[in-house]
Amino acid sequence: MASAKKKSKTTKSGAKRGGKAAVTRETLETYYREMLMIRRFEEKAGQMYGMGLIGGFCHLYIGQEAVVTGLQHALGPGDSVITGYRCHAHMLAAGADPRAVMAELTGRADGVSKGKGGSMHMFTPEGGFYGGHGIVGAQAPLGAGFGFANKYRSDDRVSVTYFGDGAANQGQVFETFNMAALWKLPVIFVIENNQYAMGTSVQRSTAIQELCQRGEAFGIPGQQVDGMDVLAVRAASDKAVAQCRADDGPVLLEMMTYRYRGHSMSDPAKYRTREEVSKMRQERDPIEHVRDMLVEAGYGNDDSLREVDKEVKAEVNDAAEFAQNNQEPDAAELFTDIVLEA
Amino acid sequence: MPELTVREALRDAMAEEMRSDADVFLMGEEVAEYQGAYKVSQGLLEEFGARRVIDTPITEAGFAGIGIGAAMAGLKPIVEFMTFNFAMQAIDQIVNSAAKTNYMSGGLVNVPIVFRGPNGAASRVAAQHSQCYAAWYAHVPGLKVVTPFTAADAKGLLKSAIRDPNPVVFLENEILYGQSFDVPDGADHIVPIGSANVVRPGSDVTIAAYSIMVGKALEAGEALAGEGIDAEIIDLRTIRPLDTETLIASVEKTNRLITVEEGWPTAGVGAEISATITERAFDYLDAPVTRVSGSDVPLPYAANLETLALPQAETIADAARTLCR
Repeated sequence: MASAKKKSKTTKSGAKRGGKAAVTRETLETYYREMLMIRRFEEKAGQMYGMGLIGGFCHLYIGQEAVVTGLQHALGPGDSVITGYRCHAHMLAAGADPRAVMAELTGRADGVSKGKGGSMHMFTPEGGFYGGHGIVGAQAPLGAGFGFANKYRSDDRVSVTYFGDGAANQGQVFETFNMAALWKLPVIFVIENNQYAMGTSVQRSTAIQELCQRGEAFGIPGQQVDGMDVLAVRAASDKAVAQCRADDGPVLLEMMTYRYRGHSMSDPAKYRTREEVSKMRQERDPIEHVRDMLVEAGYGNDDSLREVDKEVKAEVNDAAEFAQNNQEPDAAELFTDIVLEA
Repeated sequence: MPELTVREALRDAMAEEMRSDADVFLMGEEVAEYQGAYKVSQGLLEEFGARRVIDTPITEAGFAGIGIGAAMAGLKPIVEFMTFNFAMQAIDQIVNSAAKTNYMSGGLVNVPIVFRGPNGAASRVAAQHSQCYAAWYAHVPGLKVVTPFTAADAKGLLKSAIRDPNPVVFLENEILYGQSFDVPDGADHIVPIGSANVVRPGSDVTIAAYSIMVGKALEAGEALAGEGIDAEIIDLRTIRPLDTETLIASVEKTNRLITVEEGWPTAGVGAEISATITERAFDYLDAPVTRVSGSDVPLPYAANLETLALPQAETIADAARTLCR
């Protein structure tokens, strides 16, 4: 067993891009397609929100695609994933049908939650994804509960527990760190640090801004990862998963990322400059990064990649079409799924 | 029939369910090595080991959440709160994560969990340690709320709660832990959630109570019998779902209803029962429904004030006398 000192060591990878040497053409193409799918899906959701087809709160994942994509590929059957309210991408990454996800956003009968959950409350247990939770930080102990179940069953599966830089300041996150470390639960805590908790920057909310250090007081090793680089995310995730499977969890990954859009659709984003956002888009876009790698390696060109985009758009349009035409839930659904028959 | 204390009955219920289902485990503060802050989990660590009887740090929101996550993952946790007063730290998890998930997921994810521990006033522990949460949790769709009085019901209902696929809030009472009752022998004894029990049949007035107040109501019933008032006493046993049929049937017979609870009157269990009976059995009432409840104050420490603030047998009997006059 590693010594406590070594175990809690926190590392920062800085902004270095991940290595390209080991990655196959197929892997790169998969990442590209999946990340593009998330982006086009979210763009469409934004549009549909604007048209009044989606109600309530709607938090888009645009800009953060590399995080969920890289992480999901490090997981296997039986592993579980949980996150907060910014969950559409996690649903897609877990293999949920885009039609059912979009129909949930429009509040229709064939939405994944029968239209009763909405944007923030979606689940696909088949794909190991357990929500979709609307109270900031509350998913942290829930995710640790999945890790607890893995440990209880000695099944070598892991729990990935996502939360944001905002949730990182919630008390129950610290409570969870303590128990996860005390009981050595196979939990990968993933802080998606997109720099802003709604409108409050990390600088304005957080005394020590290196969130990867947050686990140190509990003996949880942390690593800061370039969350705009899917290969860096994947590499860090592989390592974290292996550690947890080897009963050497929990671990903490701070994914340095950025959301291009507002916190939710109703956010005018006056807390940051347009320049800041466009600089990030131009210089650090996670999808462009994979695209560049594909082109550089000769695996793709403008034409072939345009073809991928066309296919992805067609799938998103099909989902949107379905979600608009699907019927609303039957009135009788109001009173179903409250309690199960004992 | 063997006599058991409520404390022993609760322990037996957990032990029996843990023997028959490997997914059932107990977690909470002091449940393992200390054998329970109120000794309810006596002997469980020895029988089931530290994997299934788990001492937690003092971190209610955290361990309630971990229990709920484990339940979503298919285990059947029993989460003990040292008292329900401390569960207020975890009420977001109980309401938002446990109660609502089955609905929000369109039935894809359920939460088979029991939250249990002592609820309400103990003795001289003052305002922050003496609150009754029955009305709070009864307000929430997706939860079941159970409030046993006897040891037999404590055992049978806790076994039902552990087997239930939904989150169950199981409200015990510290003063009752040491009281003894007859308990049917064997692991087959089960009491279904959602059914009230007529513990004293009568014809003049219905007194509906739960938890420790059933004992006070029975005392009042004895006193009233000597004065020619024949009270029917109902042990509600479950607050959500409320057994309204048993209440209505009783009111149809007695035409008078008194509700008794230790908690506060405003938007309380008595208020809910009163509204339900007014809506559904108004024609059978010969008098307005009367609520006997804890006083509308934070519970005081001084012995005399504490006694004044909580319903006593005499308060209940007085209410019946007034109603039957």
